Amino acid sequence: MIGLLEKHILIEVIFLTIEDMVRVLSARVLRGGDKLDTPVYTACCSDLMSDVLAFVDEKTVLITGLTNPHVIRTSEMLDLKCLVFVRGKVPTEDILDSAEEQGLVVITTKMTAFSACGLLYDAGLRGVPVPLAWGTEDK
Amino acid sequence: MMEELFRMTYPVASADYVNAGKVSTDIKRRLKQLGVGGDVLRRVAVASYEVELNLVIHSLGGELCLTVFSDAVQLVSADVGPGIPDLDMAMREGYSTANEEARSLGFGAGMGLPNMKRNADEFDIKSELGTGTTITMRFNLPS
Repeated sequence: MIGLLEKHILIEVIFLTIEDMVRVLSARVLRGGDKLDTPVYTACCSDLMSDVLAFVDEKTVLITGLTNPHVIRTSEMLDLKCLVFVRGKVPTEDILDSAEEQGLVVITTKMTAFSACGLLYDAGLRGVPVPLAWGTEDK
Repeated sequence: MMEELFRMTYPVASADYVNAGKVSTDIKRRLKQLGVGGDVLRRVAVASYEVELNLVIHSLGGELCLTVFSDAVQLVSADVGPGIPDLDMAMREGYSTANEEARSLGFGAGMGLPNMKRNADEFDIKSELGTGTTITMRFNLPS
């Protein structure tokens, strides 16, 4: 799989383009096909939007099996770059249209979340930096 | 007192899961039009979405008021009940009383209030059982 990949290295930080991710995940592009050259440095995986809102602090990629409108609204609040739906899930057209409206790239793969994360990690992507714990007293 | 540049109040209905988040989408777009960007815009957007979802999931209905001053953005959420029985517990990460419907949509992880506090520069919550809850958040704008 890696042999097919063109890895990009910028000041020792590996990043993939969304097009690389599509290749790694054998994914199908649902929206945002004109932005596949967007660089991606990190990713996160969750079906819990509460946690995504609480722990994601950067413009990243969300890998999820949840296909309701709140995934798109959460992505908009956080300025995410790309949504990856796993287990072959495809949201309804109106949800996809609202993703397109906000400039999100949306792709779907038949892989499970576990396999998708594993392959992307192997390809060089890393998780979003998350503080080990932050309490309500800290800011 | 700093000059008030913009104010808008949005009603938020209880248990309206279909439209939950639309107010925050509008707030984010309006702030962007007003020239608010970067880290502040993102923090306001996240806190606004969290507080709007709390109104939908937990309250009997209420409103979210956005005010933009020359030096800060202010969000005030005020509902008509039922009030929070134990504020200390509610502020704890992981503590949630959200119902199954909210959980099935990906919410109710008990991160909402702590996440609002984390994102806001000033956070204040007042709650009275039978009366309601008011949350005031301020986000300083870079000078």
